[in-house]
Amino acid sequence: MSQLSVDHLLGIKGLKREDIELIFTTADNFKEVINRPIKKVPSLRDLTIANLFFENSTRTRLSFELAEKRLSADVVNFSASSSSVSKGETLIDTVNNILSMKVDMVVMRHPNPGAGVFLSKHIGARIVNAGDGAHEHPTQALLDTYSIRERLGCVEGKKVVIVGDILHSRVALSNIYALNLLGAEVMVCGPSTLIPKFIHTLGVKVETDLRKALEWADVANMLRVQHERQDLKYFPSIREYSQMYGVDMKLLNSLDKEIVIMHPGPINRGVEITSEVADSPQSIILDQVENGVAIRMAVLYLLASKIER
Amino acid sequence: MSQKIILGAKEIGITLERLACQLVENHSNFENTVLIGIQPRGAIFADRIKTILELNYNLKDIKLGYLDITFFRDDFRRRDKPIEASQTQIDFLVEDKKVIFIDDVLYSGRSIRAALTAIQSFGRPSNIELMALIDRRFSRSLPIQPDYKGRKVDSYDGEKVVVKWIEQDGEDGVYFEQKTTK
Repeated sequence: MSQLSVDHLLGIKGLKREDIELIFTTADNFKEVINRPIKKVPSLRDLTIANLFFENSTRTRLSFELAEKRLSADVVNFSASSSSVSKGETLIDTVNNILSMKVDMVVMRHPNPGAGVFLSKHIGARIVNAGDGAHEHPTQALLDTYSIRERLGCVEGKKVVIVGDILHSRVALSNIYALNLLGAEVMVCGPSTLIPKFIHTLGVKVETDLRKALEWADVANMLRVQHERQDLKYFPSIREYSQMYGVDMKLLNSLDKEIVIMHPGPINRGVEITSEVADSPQSIILDQVENGVAIRMAVLYLLASKIER
Repeated sequence: MSQKIILGAKEIGITLERLACQLVENHSNFENTVLIGIQPRGAIFADRIKTILELNYNLKDIKLGYLDITFFRDDFRRRDKPIEASQTQIDFLVEDKKVIFIDDVLYSGRSIRAALTAIQSFGRPSNIELMALIDRRFSRSLPIQPDYKGRKVDSYDGEKVVVKWIEQDGEDGVYFEQKTTK
């Protein structure tokens, strides 16, 4: 297969396993490119990409922008806080205005779940979802699974536990879809107030005891507690959360095997994981960031190849 | 599909030896020269040339890299099917080096045009030469000519020249393939 089965990357749901494998092999090539003395290829030089960020972001936005620039695309950036959205313009109006400036692709982060799907039905450009509310964050799941593949050789058959705020996490949902597609076993772990009631219907195990979860797992993906999405108290205090669900070196060393530690960032050091764990050789957090650029280059490249001239 | 043989295994062997000999004539000890096989089909050709140089001319430490040009092509989004990328593997810089591009078939010259851009990511070579096993004359779209060529072939559009290597296809041979029209 040399082409994606989809025209937009709105979520991992809707992708096929072959799509993910194609993205991975393409990302392998781009990873080599970004480690060259000159890290740029001219593939997308005749395309313009708009990064529309209706929600704050550092890593994802930088990563997309770097990926676009390394593919030689022209890039326009937009953030909601400094735009006419605050004057009451609707999403479609904002985007249509940007599109009439001849933009070919849109990378969008939006606080509302389904914003990407909605947009893809109303405008002609290719859409890449860079996170829509608590729904999906497909490129994060792709780079997470790619990083697991890189560290452990393959994803199939590996046991991955996603720890923390599953309820508010788009990273968790996209990761579950991607890991399931690639044949990994998935467990979620966290306080029961932060685990959706029907999550087991997605084919994942549920565990509330962190130690048991880590004893089972090959990989632990530690999620950030999303205070900004929590409208009420889900656990008594941060201190209690980190005692129950935080990972420190003592806990890791007490396991009879070495597990891989991941984190999508930004890290609350001392809450989900201690600094020592974040900077330990078991952690692949910075590899995830590097792979993020390669994965996003692959996604943009493969979607762009489907744009008709 | 009709197929006609252009070069058999024996002829390919003779041609490769001649091409290697011509390289030695121009580059003597290969101190400042590097070989770059253009992926995917030029890589095996480049391996063969390197082996001959090592065995017949006792040359050691010849630098060989493989260059993939997929992301540098000028026909992105212009083809029906996108090309799948291969691996680039160049673990040295080409700054001030004499570079020899090695590819199996020289047709429109567009691959080589892309390779000329792609190689710049690895430094500024002092000069670049081109070796092609098959030179399809009269089909060039760009002003690019080989410095070392195995065999010249005249062909029409719609005809295809296929190079087979024993490492990949189980035999050495160069064939003419023509789609038969009904």
